[in-house]
Amino acid sequence: METLGFLMDGFAVALTPYNLMFALFGAFVGTLIGCLPGLGPANGVAILIPLAFTLGLPPETAMILLTAVYAGAMYGGRISSILLNIPGDEPAMMTCLDGYPMAQKGRAADALAISAVASFAGGLIGTIGLIMLAPILAKFALTFGPAEYFALFLLAFATLGGITGKNPMKTVIAATIGIMISTVGIDISTGTQRYTFGVLELYEGIDFILAIVGLFAISELLFFVESRVGGGREKINVGKLTLSFKELVSTIPTQLRGGVLGFIAGVLPGAGASLGSFISYTLEKQVLGKKGKFGEGDIRGVVAPEAGNNGASSGALVPMLTLGVPGSGTTAVLLAMLISLNITPGPLMFTQNADIVWGVIAALLIGNVMLLLLNIPLVGFFVKLLSVPPMYLLPIVTMVAFVGIYSISHSTFDLYFMVAFGIAGYFLRKLEIPLVPIILGLLLGPEMEKNLGHALILSDGSWGILWGSPLAVGLWVVAGLGLVLPYVVGPLLRRRMNAAMKESPVSD
Amino acid sequence: MTGFGDRILGLGLLVLAVAYGWAAQQWPEPFGGAEGVGPETFPTILAFVLVIGSLYLMVKPDPDAQWPVRKTALELVTSVVVLIIYALLMEPLGFIISTTLAVGTLSWRMGARPRMAFITGLISAVVVFVLFNYGLDLSLPAGLLEVE
Repeated sequence: METLGFLMDGFAVALTPYNLMFALFGAFVGTLIGCLPGLGPANGVAILIPLAFTLGLPPETAMILLTAVYAGAMYGGRISSILLNIPGDEPAMMTCLDGYPMAQKGRAADALAISAVASFAGGLIGTIGLIMLAPILAKFALTFGPAEYFALFLLAFATLGGITGKNPMKTVIAATIGIMISTVGIDISTGTQRYTFGVLELYEGIDFILAIVGLFAISELLFFVESRVGGGREKINVGKLTLSFKELVSTIPTQLRGGVLGFIAGVLPGAGASLGSFISYTLEKQVLGKKGKFGEGDIRGVVAPEAGNNGASSGALVPMLTLGVPGSGTTAVLLAMLISLNITPGPLMFTQNADIVWGVIAALLIGNVMLLLLNIPLVGFFVKLLSVPPMYLLPIVTMVAFVGIYSISHSTFDLYFMVAFGIAGYFLRKLEIPLVPIILGLLLGPEMEKNLGHALILSDGSWGILWGSPLAVGLWVVAGLGLVLPYVVGPLLRRRMNAAMKESPVSD
Repeated sequence: MTGFGDRILGLGLLVLAVAYGWAAQQWPEPFGGAEGVGPETFPTILAFVLVIGSLYLMVKPDPDAQWPVRKTALELVTSVVVLIIYALLMEPLGFIISTTLAVGTLSWRMGARPRMAFITGLISAVVVFVLFNYGLDLSLPAGLLEVE
């Protein structure tokens, strides 16, 4: 019952008019980010960080804003999946399978409405799971020593590529590059200058916010320039809502299953929202067997993946909040916000910054209700935005990124740095080096080095301490599996996912 | 040759890793003598990991991606140049003028009609400027348009 008390305190934080306003704003912007072409959730949250900063928002408000954006982006991703057969973000891929056929049959409005309800159910289940699991995990995490943390960080990197990732070695390389960048600057414990080359701006290290914005936003612009898809898409007619109450009720079991599975996939390292929606969809297909018309516009085929990916997005917050180790790109960006607010993420946050943690969790609940309310009446408005051509949108987004970075420090030096990161990001993405591990490396690098140092001081310089406890050994083993499994299971899973995509009779 | 991109990347990273690792060995020993972990310990480990990674890339490269050629490459270079000039001119010309030029040029190059492109640039510049300077009290440079 202790948890309930904290949750009430959280509601007290989240329900102040000021915070409610930002949650609403975040939910709205998040949905926009999710449905607009060329603006993924991680990218969108990244661009908003400098703005949250320069507005001088108090920490809990800033986190509430960004969490609302995060939840909103998951809602928004489904719109273009259903209407255009183009997933707005990766987890929304499975929604295409039945959402688009439904739209073709003239039931687009129904698909959008039921998927909003499913997103709500998934988000709600995920958040309830978060409320129950997070405090327990946080308490457990208090027993971690520096050696365990070091192993935990390794685990985070090893599983970041995900089981479906292509080349784990590239994840390792990316993470190493990120950590290397984080070592630039004056070493905290000894005061040694590292890799500063006498440049004054480098003494304090490289600001990860400008690295993140550069890597995501600028490289995205360059990708659009390259692919030359600047033109807009034709307007789509959504049609009338014909969804009956009975039909809505009939999907409730699907929503529950999808939400729970998604949550589990979100919490587990290496799984994430994409796998969450995939598992929910496949399970639903097996449970219902021949009773369903999956791939031909079955309503449950829309509900399952949507409940799954929203459950997963709440689940992904569990390791981020309790351990300070994010499992996905977007949660990594949220972690960046926490660190730059001077909050040390991890189990201590639950005691030292309880108002923030529980405020965020309460905001997630409120945000979900808001999103449901926003999404059903405003769906027409969001659909209109789908036809905004990227050729206008992306330059403006880039400009907002410039403004954000400039307003943090008022120095143009940072802008050049951001462009440089953007160019690097373009080349790395071309070479299929994933960007998220780089960012995670930037964020976790200093913590990792600190924990390594502490561990070795405790053990008087003996490296054996790093695998000295059963828990640490366990973490090392899972990390190892995270690197090996993609070679074994990855091709199989990927083939299945592709097969599922092809099975659908829609081909155009 | 396939996997050319990965091999070049691998070579580049190898050079980086060696330089990075070597530089770490050059730092003076911190005051108070050597401890378990000095400033060079962690970078040295990283250098090792990157050496292994880069060698792996060179030995087992992935198939090459499609690289842009000629016209597309030129467009990409143009975009980057626009961004750099934007950063360069932001303070001297002021936010509104530089943004109009940058956003306009970018959307024009992405396929919008020039007039529409620059109008979009101007409108977005004015909106953001007003929002930031009057709504949020954050000053963006006014530059040439500054009125005393």
